[in-house]
Amino acid sequence: MALAVEQLACIRGERQLFSDLTFRLAPGEALLLHGPNGSGKSSLLRLLTGFLPPAAGRVLWDGVPALEDAEVHRDRLQYLGHQDAVKSQLGTGDNLLFWARLYGLDPVAAVKEVDAALEAAGLQRQRDLPGRYLSAGQKRRLALARLLLKPAALWLLDEPTNALDTAAVAWLGELLAAHRAKGGMIILASHVDVPLKDARRLDLPEGVLT
Amino acid sequence: MLHALANPARFLRLMAAIRPWAAGVAVLGLGVGLAWGLLYSPPDYQQGETVRIMYIHVPAAWMGMFIYAAMAVASATALIWRHPVAELVAKASAPAGAAFTLICLITGSLWGKPMWGAWWVWDARLTSMLILFFLYLGYIALWEAFDDPARAGRAAAILALVGAINLPIIKFSVDWWNTMHQPASVLTLEGPKIHPDILWPLLITAIGAKGYYVWLLTVRVRAEILKRQARILRFAAATDRRAG
Amino acid sequence: MSAFLAIVARDLRLGFGAQGAMLTTLLFFVLAVSLFPLGVGPEPQILARIAAGVIWVAALLAAMLSLDRLFQTDQEDGTLDLLAQAPLPLGLVALAKTLAHWLTTGLPLSLIAPLLAILLQMEADAIPVLLAALLLGTPSLSLIGAIGAALTLGAKRGAVLVPLLTLPLVIPVLIFGVGAVEAAAYGLSAGPHLLLLGAFLAGALALSPFAIAAAVRLALE
Repeated sequence: MALAVEQLACIRGERQLFSDLTFRLAPGEALLLHGPNGSGKSSLLRLLTGFLPPAAGRVLWDGVPALEDAEVHRDRLQYLGHQDAVKSQLGTGDNLLFWARLYGLDPVAAVKEVDAALEAAGLQRQRDLPGRYLSAGQKRRLALARLLLKPAALWLLDEPTNALDTAAVAWLGELLAAHRAKGGMIILASHVDVPLKDARRLDLPEGVLT
Repeated sequence: MLHALANPARFLRLMAAIRPWAAGVAVLGLGVGLAWGLLYSPPDYQQGETVRIMYIHVPAAWMGMFIYAAMAVASATALIWRHPVAELVAKASAPAGAAFTLICLITGSLWGKPMWGAWWVWDARLTSMLILFFLYLGYIALWEAFDDPARAGRAAAILALVGAINLPIIKFSVDWWNTMHQPASVLTLEGPKIHPDILWPLLITAIGAKGYYVWLLTVRVRAEILKRQARILRFAAATDRRAG
Repeated sequence: MSAFLAIVARDLRLGFGAQGAMLTTLLFFVLAVSLFPLGVGPEPQILARIAAGVIWVAALLAAMLSLDRLFQTDQEDGTLDLLAQAPLPLGLVALAKTLAHWLTTGLPLSLIAPLLAILLQMEADAIPVLLAALLLGTPSLSLIGAIGAALTLGAKRGAVLVPLLTLPLVIPVLIFGVGAVEAAAYGLSAGPHLLLLGAFLAGALALSPFAIAAAVRLALE
């Protein structure tokens, strides 16, 4: 179980964001994406999810081209974008319950998993509160809680610390560490410090790995 | 792909080679066909001189349908093989197709006045052309609705294909609707009975119109390619300035 | 299957809710039909003659009302990205959302239409046919409309653009739908028209998920 990216290039709106990007990721490893606005951090993450076709290069999973079989690839990963995907009309618990059911959990297991995820995110008290009453930080925590509902080898996280307070950032750090301890991989784009130990760092758009 | 787009020299050369021939066919075909039809063909024994509107109306209708088919083929090429020039061909076709369809509608309406005594009659063929015109307008509007030309081009290609699949069904339903409400239409141009004196000028005009369409494509696709090149160069300049 | 049902159930909850489009759509439909007697006069013969066409055109327009929001709300809050990652082909995700759209627009429109038919003096024999034709025809409106909604994701003036793209494509539904009702009103068999409506629906059901999925994928890039 390993991810390899070879000579990847990305073009958005007739504009080349990066090219010749090469890196590998083994179980338990994490990669931190750095770079100024518009350098292609988000685009790289969307490219790895399969949303965005690469202009050149390959993405390999255990040596096999990964993006060709979208249905296999999407089960390997969890993607967290800029937005929280929280429905303002639905309660906090119901928001999570929808994802749990979508990921194929049966009704009983779904309720149990949602309870656990709400507790982990510190949102039990907001369980029945509609999404529109949540603060920005609470919504972000709710979005992160979703990561717990589907086991996936690779987490692709775009600015996960947005709107989080110090305590929540610490919680995120535990979440990331636990995922890596289980052999999970993480690629994370952030312009602030994230509690992520021994992570390698990829500078965009140059593609320098440190 | 970016580089193929930035420097599609082969296509530009090909278009430059085709352009004079297409222009020649257009001038000759439209000149001879229209002169023959409008000036030298025999008047109809029932409709008299008004039948000459047909020499514009019918080739325009043919072109309206032909260009939609061409657009659908170009769109399929763009979607399946991701061919960037095919997308531009489809884009450049739409206004031409819409214009021919509009000419068909206007001449049909002009023809209707002496024939039926009304400027507009909901005849099956005219109604189908009107719907085709709406499809063209929707396609053009979708192209204009996006800032990102790559996104616009692919969305428009899907729309053109959906429209092309649906068009025969629309045509069938309109014919069905027409027979439900009135007997067969007065405009019977199809069928093997058309006299050669009418057919020849029609065919020559149609060939000339196709030449004009090809000429228009070579001009407009070239302009689109140059526009894309200009955009790419502008981006590059902006990036260089930021980096330097 | 559980994923498919989860999407349908969620969209139904959002659609029936206070901010959902169902009530507005129904109100628009009733209002639009009620305007015709005021516009053309109350003579029963004239109303009976135009009833089928008026109800069908109003249904077509009402179905367009909420279409532009079909995928847009999910795109704006990031849900669409995650739906595309669901353990379900994107075409089925689209089908689930389209089904929910029909259940909150096409179905209620069809069910209330007989009432409006009575107001417009429609022949009593034609009213069951009207209901059948609407139940067969409105799913096609949602399916073709969903293509338009997906194509205009992120477009400028999307709300106006969706009807512009969709209405010409659903003209067969209008023609066969009205044809069925008029045939019944004249004492003829509505069967052929209903069969054609069904055939159109079968075709739309088979093909449009691919078009919708392709269009949604463009919006994800």
